[in-house]
Amino acid sequence: MLPSVLLTGLRRFLPKASLLTKPEQLVPYECDALSAYRQMPAAVALPEDEIQIAKILRLCHQCNVPVVARGHGTGLSGGALPLKNALLLSLAKLNKIIHIDPLSRIAKVQPGVRNLAISQAAAPHGLYYAPDPSSQIACSIGGNVAENSGGIHCLKYGLTVHNVLEVRVVTMDGELLTLGSQALDSPGYDLLALINGSEGMLGVITEITVKLLAKPERAQVMLAAFDSVEKAGHAVGEIIAAGIIPAGLEMMDKLAIRAAEAYVHAGYPDNAEALLLIEIDGVNEEVSDGIHVVHDVVQRCGAIEIRTATDDAERATLWAGRKAAFPAVGRISPDYYCMDGTIPRSKLPEVLRRIAELSKEYGLPVANVFHAGDGNLHPLILYDANKAGELTKTEEMGGKILELCIAVGGTITGEHGVGIEKINQMCSQFATPELEIFHALKAAFDPLGLLNPGKAVPSLYRCAELGAMHVHHGQLPHPELPRF
Amino acid sequence: MDIAVRIQQAIAEKKTLTIRGSGSKAFYGNAPTGELLSTQGLTGIVAYDPRELTITARAGTTLKEIEAALGKNKQMLPFEPPYFGDGATLGGSIATGLSGPRRPYAGAVRDAVLGVELIDGRGQHLRFGGRVIKNVAGYDVSRLVVGSLGSLGVLTEVTIKLLPQPSCERTLSLEMNEIKAIEIMNQWAARPLPLSASAWIAGRLVVRLSGAESAVNAAVGKLGGEDIADGAVFWAALKEQTLPIFETSSLWRLSVPSTTPPIAGTRCVEWGGAVRWVVDSSDAPRHQALAAGGHATLFRGIGYPAFAPLSAPMADLHQRIRQIFDPHGVFDAGRLYA
Repeated sequence: MLPSVLLTGLRRFLPKASLLTKPEQLVPYECDALSAYRQMPAAVALPEDEIQIAKILRLCHQCNVPVVARGHGTGLSGGALPLKNALLLSLAKLNKIIHIDPLSRIAKVQPGVRNLAISQAAAPHGLYYAPDPSSQIACSIGGNVAENSGGIHCLKYGLTVHNVLEVRVVTMDGELLTLGSQALDSPGYDLLALINGSEGMLGVITEITVKLLAKPERAQVMLAAFDSVEKAGHAVGEIIAAGIIPAGLEMMDKLAIRAAEAYVHAGYPDNAEALLLIEIDGVNEEVSDGIHVVHDVVQRCGAIEIRTATDDAERATLWAGRKAAFPAVGRISPDYYCMDGTIPRSKLPEVLRRIAELSKEYGLPVANVFHAGDGNLHPLILYDANKAGELTKTEEMGGKILELCIAVGGTITGEHGVGIEKINQMCSQFATPELEIFHALKAAFDPLGLLNPGKAVPSLYRCAELGAMHVHHGQLPHPELPRF
Repeated sequence: MDIAVRIQQAIAEKKTLTIRGSGSKAFYGNAPTGELLSTQGLTGIVAYDPRELTITARAGTTLKEIEAALGKNKQMLPFEPPYFGDGATLGGSIATGLSGPRRPYAGAVRDAVLGVELIDGRGQHLRFGGRVIKNVAGYDVSRLVVGSLGSLGVLTEVTIKLLPQPSCERTLSLEMNEIKAIEIMNQWAARPLPLSASAWIAGRLVVRLSGAESAVNAAVGKLGGEDIADGAVFWAALKEQTLPIFETSSLWRLSVPSTTPPIAGTRCVEWGGAVRWVVDSSDAPRHQALAAGGHATLFRGIGYPAFAPLSAPMADLHQRIRQIFDPHGVFDAGRLYA
């Protein structure tokens, strides 16, 4: 329950429809896309503008009530999971594209605008917004900034942080900050970089200016099938070494291929152990040259089948299987758990071997889908939530996969964020002094710790209790903390 | 002496430390006031596999050594860093955050940084980011330190994302006035052209096209203009500021929205219109940049603070962030803000 003084205060300036308190109104907000975790929020506020947001935050600050910001709830790490005694702040009503300037190639938008809507609005000018998380039809640009979202085209076009120029943020005490500018840099520390991927911990994003790019003249996709995952992985490195930066470079293993094929009939070869989808974009001539180079490379690497899409329809079909990979896996298993580690590409065979071993050990099948170009793995662990203990087993196995990613020099999250999901593995990836810096950075923006508390950065006590295995510079982790 | 020990000692003796690589960019920022702490002992490439498209090197490694190693594999640093001196180091590039002509088309220093290791003002060894291209675990401290001019810690190791070198580059020159050049730079950037640099200088728009030979040649056909044979020499001179227009005692760098109309005193427009090099012995450029929605840096010269002042809430926030990394004030933070 929220203090009545807060609710009364909110009712004073929020329209009736902008404050939800009845259980039946709150249910849709009980989780984000990581639906294994659920919690009913104490109340939901749906402000209509920046002024209302500042007022809400100021009031919550006065009443010492935590706030969890939420875009369209498509996040995969529980970043927008409500907290029992917190106000859930939905940015859904701030959904206007404020303006698009085709000459300076920028779009100024509110945080609740959908990612795809920006590209659609820019399309008449021959421009688009590059980062394209798979949820782009639904996900909000504010959520993209909060999570520093990626997508299929990151290797060539970067993450959200590379495509955002300016962000307006309201801090927990109601202060408005403008980070970045419409110039290419700003004086002082790069706080724009800090806010990207900050998971709603530092401030509430109220307006975003993104960079728009010229639509490539042409894009062409090639499918290359291999009889082993190792060969496919090797080909990925060879393509990069040949001086090609594909717009997209995706990999699927046998289980993922079969599931996708059964679902959308993309025409993937049924004898392949792994396949690569390689998209080259750019100027017409550049694409022709690039496709030739890639063709030679994959052939040299032992591809058993190579197909190049000759028109847009064929291109869409080839991509359809990859884009439907998650729902396709959803059809062959009651539930699946999506991981998000990133590893150096050279470690791919080793990591896949170990994942296969873990799969056997736990008796849980794994379908592998990767953004191979940037080493970002999405192993999908197949499980059945209705079987007693299976979710716990899945989470444990998932944790081991993440620790494996750290062990080979990678990271526990490439693009989905830490949220609540990977908070324990943060204890393995970072040492105490680094976690202390993170906590202090949060405190610099939010001294009372009221914004999305408990997410993204674990408390040192949590790490000590977990007995995380991180050994930093030869020291035991958290020697200063008591152990239980 | 071990850097962490040196830091502890300076804290005990209440001394300030100015971190320095080769000193090639010592002119940049406000005048140093501390005892020099050299990173020149921290040298060497730690990891470089062209297939990973990343390089990890110690902060004191020279850009020369790094670019030579990358060149052998036909790769490059995407941000085309200015050296301003033979000994320029990777750490210096990160700490100053200075990028070259390719920046508007291939990204800035901060865009290419994937991870850093540093020693903070308590002498603690810290590691942020990593050696992989995508990483959203923890706040992005690796990018926060880019351009922080040694006020948050001593960088010891950096990992950078690379790009393949374009197989072909050509430079075109077209005669036109400043207004027209700014307009054209913006218009061309909105078209699918393989642009990699642009400048308006001495009454001419100069652009560089990079990529596959076929693509570059096709673009040259579309854009016209005069083909400059020694394009590489021109861009190097622009990047290193050895052209005569940079010979002045008060050079301002105005970072503004790319479509900003011409600004008085402009000697050169760069970065697709987003940077204006202005010569002015007063601080008028600071007000002009602010009015245009940007900021001005006194790049070379004295008499004014090097960097545009921050608003009160932003200055507070900077202070709080600095204290996190350097609670004893051991680093020469005045190079950025006094």
